[in-house]
Amino acid sequence: MTILGLPILSFLVFFPLVGAGLLALVPKSAEKSIKWLAFGISLIEFAASLPLYFNYQPSVPGMQFEEFRPWLTGIGSNWHLGIDGISLFLVLLTTALTAIAVLGSFDAINQKVRAFYMMLLALETGMLGTFVALDMVVFYIFWEAMLVPMYLLIGVWGGQERIRAAVKFFLYTMTGSVLMLVAILWLYFINHTQTGVYSFDLLDLYRTNVPLGAQTWLFLAFALAFAIKVPMFPFHTWLPLAHVEAPTAGSVILAAVLLKMGTYGFMRFAMPLFPNATAAFAPVILTLAVIGIIYGALVAMVQPDLKKLVAYSSVSHLGFCMLGMFAFNAEGWSGSIMQMLNHGISTGALFLLVGVIYERRHTRLISEFGGLWKVLPVFSVIFLVIMLSSIGLPGTNGFVGEFLVLLGAFRPWPTWTIFATSGVILSAVYMLWMFQRVIFGPVDNAANETLRDLNLREKLVFAPLLILVFWIGFYPNPVLKRIQPSIEQSLTLIRTRELHAREYEARQAMIKSGIEPCCPETKDMSAAQKTLQGGVR
Amino acid sequence: MNGLPYTSGDLFALLPVWILSIAAMVIMLVNVTRQKPQSSVSAILALIGIVGAAWGTWELRDESRALFHDMYRLDAFSTFFTFLFLTIAAVGVLFSWDYLKRTNLNQGEFYALILLSTLGMIFMAAANDLIMIFLGLELMSIALYVLAGFRKNRFESNEAALKYFLLGAFASGFLLYGVALVYGATGSTNLSQIGGYLLGSPVVHTPLLMAGGLLVFIGLGFKVSLVPFHMWTPDAYEGAPTAATAFMSAGAKAAGFAGLLRVLMIALPSVGANWTDVLIGLCILTMTVGNVIAILQSNLKRMLAYSSIAHAGYVMLGVIAGGTAGSAAVLYYLAVYSIMNLGAFGVVSLMGKGADERVRVQDLAGAGFRYPWLGIAMTVFMLGLAGIPPTAGFVGKLYLFSAALSQGHVLLVIVAVLNSVAAVYYYLRPVVVMYMTQPEGEPLEISSALPGVLAIALLVVATFWFGTAAGPLTGAAARSVLAAIP
Repeated sequence: MTILGLPILSFLVFFPLVGAGLLALVPKSAEKSIKWLAFGISLIEFAASLPLYFNYQPSVPGMQFEEFRPWLTGIGSNWHLGIDGISLFLVLLTTALTAIAVLGSFDAINQKVRAFYMMLLALETGMLGTFVALDMVVFYIFWEAMLVPMYLLIGVWGGQERIRAAVKFFLYTMTGSVLMLVAILWLYFINHTQTGVYSFDLLDLYRTNVPLGAQTWLFLAFALAFAIKVPMFPFHTWLPLAHVEAPTAGSVILAAVLLKMGTYGFMRFAMPLFPNATAAFAPVILTLAVIGIIYGALVAMVQPDLKKLVAYSSVSHLGFCMLGMFAFNAEGWSGSIMQMLNHGISTGALFLLVGVIYERRHTRLISEFGGLWKVLPVFSVIFLVIMLSSIGLPGTNGFVGEFLVLLGAFRPWPTWTIFATSGVILSAVYMLWMFQRVIFGPVDNAANETLRDLNLREKLVFAPLLILVFWIGFYPNPVLKRIQPSIEQSLTLIRTRELHAREYEARQAMIKSGIEPCCPETKDMSAAQKTLQGGVR
Repeated sequence: MNGLPYTSGDLFALLPVWILSIAAMVIMLVNVTRQKPQSSVSAILALIGIVGAAWGTWELRDESRALFHDMYRLDAFSTFFTFLFLTIAAVGVLFSWDYLKRTNLNQGEFYALILLSTLGMIFMAAANDLIMIFLGLELMSIALYVLAGFRKNRFESNEAALKYFLLGAFASGFLLYGVALVYGATGSTNLSQIGGYLLGSPVVHTPLLMAGGLLVFIGLGFKVSLVPFHMWTPDAYEGAPTAATAFMSAGAKAAGFAGLLRVLMIALPSVGANWTDVLIGLCILTMTVGNVIAILQSNLKRMLAYSSIAHAGYVMLGVIAGGTAGSAAVLYYLAVYSIMNLGAFGVVSLMGKGADERVRVQDLAGAGFRYPWLGIAMTVFMLGLAGIPPTAGFVGKLYLFSAALSQGHVLLVIVAVLNSVAAVYYYLRPVVVMYMTQPEGEPLEISSALPGVLAIALLVVATFWFGTAAGPLTGAAARSVLAAIP
């Protein structure tokens, strides 16, 4: 598939960047045209990403829309893109949320308008590149390059503590990433030792047998980079700061897409590449995930600031993604991916809602509000729906994800799952309590009496999100149908790779001790198969 | 034998050298008569000389020969570096063009010195003899001492020149003494002959040769400012006229490493292994000291000086890794580092009005939106030096790290990447200040003279170009190294 002669994925990756270049040509003072042009670009980008959904072959589990073009051939790194069921919806989420974030910033951003939208579009390029890259160097380039526009979005258009937030965001993410870079290179040399070929291609690396000793270190390096991004407890401290200081659009993108890069990274890279280390570290990751779920919820409960509350709720929700992922079964993984999408939709919408009242009142303190239902009926209804979807009420999108995650995780990890389930209750507590204080009751603050309800543009911002909430809530099949085969394939890949690595290790040990390894495959297979039932344990 | 140690072909092979020398002398002659303070004659002559030399290098690009009793090598290695030095010189001239006029320093000798210094660098990269390396080093350095002290009415400039000169003289002493010891141990100053003599010889492990080699290394280490031989760097960089700083920060480092690589690759490959631990120590020390002290700087020039020390440490990764991959990574990194560092100093050279230069990080406050192009350029150079993709700095680091990792230096690489995170902190400061703060006093004025702006624009393009289409340059680097390895 091509658009304007470019393969569709390349087009999607570069179109926003070209759009940012176009914006630079518009005079700085023509703010209105800049806004609408930016929105137009992001809308075209979204429209151009829709063929991915419609032309995706649900029956094919592997990479689709693949493209390959030689690049740094000297070191074996090529421009290799492709998507499967796991990345398909993250790409769609990115294009959709960027358009919504652009539309949602029309009133919020009054300074340096042109640069703002240019950064937002450049950011989109970085995010999409990360999700579609199948070459480790290409992936890393987008993964890192994306930091720059986000850093500027927080640092230039953010709140009081924006500089500290921006620098902290950059340094935290960078620390994880550079160690991952070392791990990527190490993996690259392991692959070369085994195959004699220099290649950064993910699909080649999937075939490499990584020795168990190296796996531990490599997994730790990858996991650190991704855990910081997710963010998992205790690497989450940059998140509340960045979220609170970022402008609304920044928070939306940060929550909806950037955090997903961490979970996506685990699914695409850390787990399939280092399956044995993944299994070994599963208890650690699960513990951190469950701590994140409960801790995030408890801290969210006591936040006086709406945005901080939503930020901590992210820590909690992303914990569910990790829990589902480390269930190592189809339910857990589909739940995890659904939870990623739902968190993107619901939390993105929550940040937009907080942005709406911040634009009107210039405060986000819960204590400043109360009785908004009477003043802002439309706003309150939308808030109610989104809030309920964030809690995971059946019939909304949130339910599907959380339910699948818990279903998948309960079989292999009952204890952890029981603790995690308390997070569901806690999330209902903090959300409903917050909602009660903000929306219900009498209007006891005079400043709230004259607030203006949503205008047409703002309604348009929320309309697609509401549709998604109910669509995924009632009929998630089209989504699940597309992710299922890829998940099955990834899980099979993880299992076979784990098996191979162990078998290889056993053979090496036998050779070392002088025993001729005689057909150990069958024996090992059955033993490994047994342990694999119900998850890698 | 006609009594001459060279043939006419040898003389033709020195075409770029001739052109540069003639251009330098013409500039001096032109300046015998009094020039107007706003005259651009010398700058134009220098540019013509550089372009001519580049043409000469291009004509000779496929040649590979040994000249003057194998003292001077014309090969892909020297061609690569000659192009690099000429680029650096050209950019240096473009930066100086307006800078010198603005700061009332516009004397033609400045350009002549740049050309002579470039000549010295070329000699260093082409040398196949320790004496030749010393000659090149002196030619380069003496011109640089004068350039550093060119603002003769300013204390800092005098201090810079004196410090640079005194410590540089020490370094030359070390180098010469090392050459003498190596000669004593091997009976030759010719790199190939030393290499051949040491091959499988027990002399390799004698203290005499070890000491000689180390002293040579220290002499060159001064020039590339490895810690602990870096003391002169911040003061010299700060005191020198900014355009000269740009030139010497890129050129002297590249030339120093070119000489070092020649010595390590050709003369002492077998000795290198004995030193690995020492080199690793120096490498870690250089990166860490450079980056940590850079964080504390509030003066842009000093910050960039410490950053250039740290970059010498990164380059050492490639030197330690050795082999084709390591040395090619060094060549590539030197090229892209020169581009980005020239750019960063170039931006600094545009700051300020008249002779009133603004060099503090704080002076950039609000400049990002007042001068959007300057802001973008500075951001690109800072991100490039920090190694953030898709700039050339990232690809350079990727090659260096992978070369070091392939030799099993995992911990060293981890130290290096953590260092590059620390470096991000200070590279982001100008960006923070430019875009996220408001000026306190008088807002910054910048010069928008065409030559400097043009050079910066080209450097920005190059930073992205070599970051996204690195293939040709890395290929050239690899070919150059292969040509130099015996």
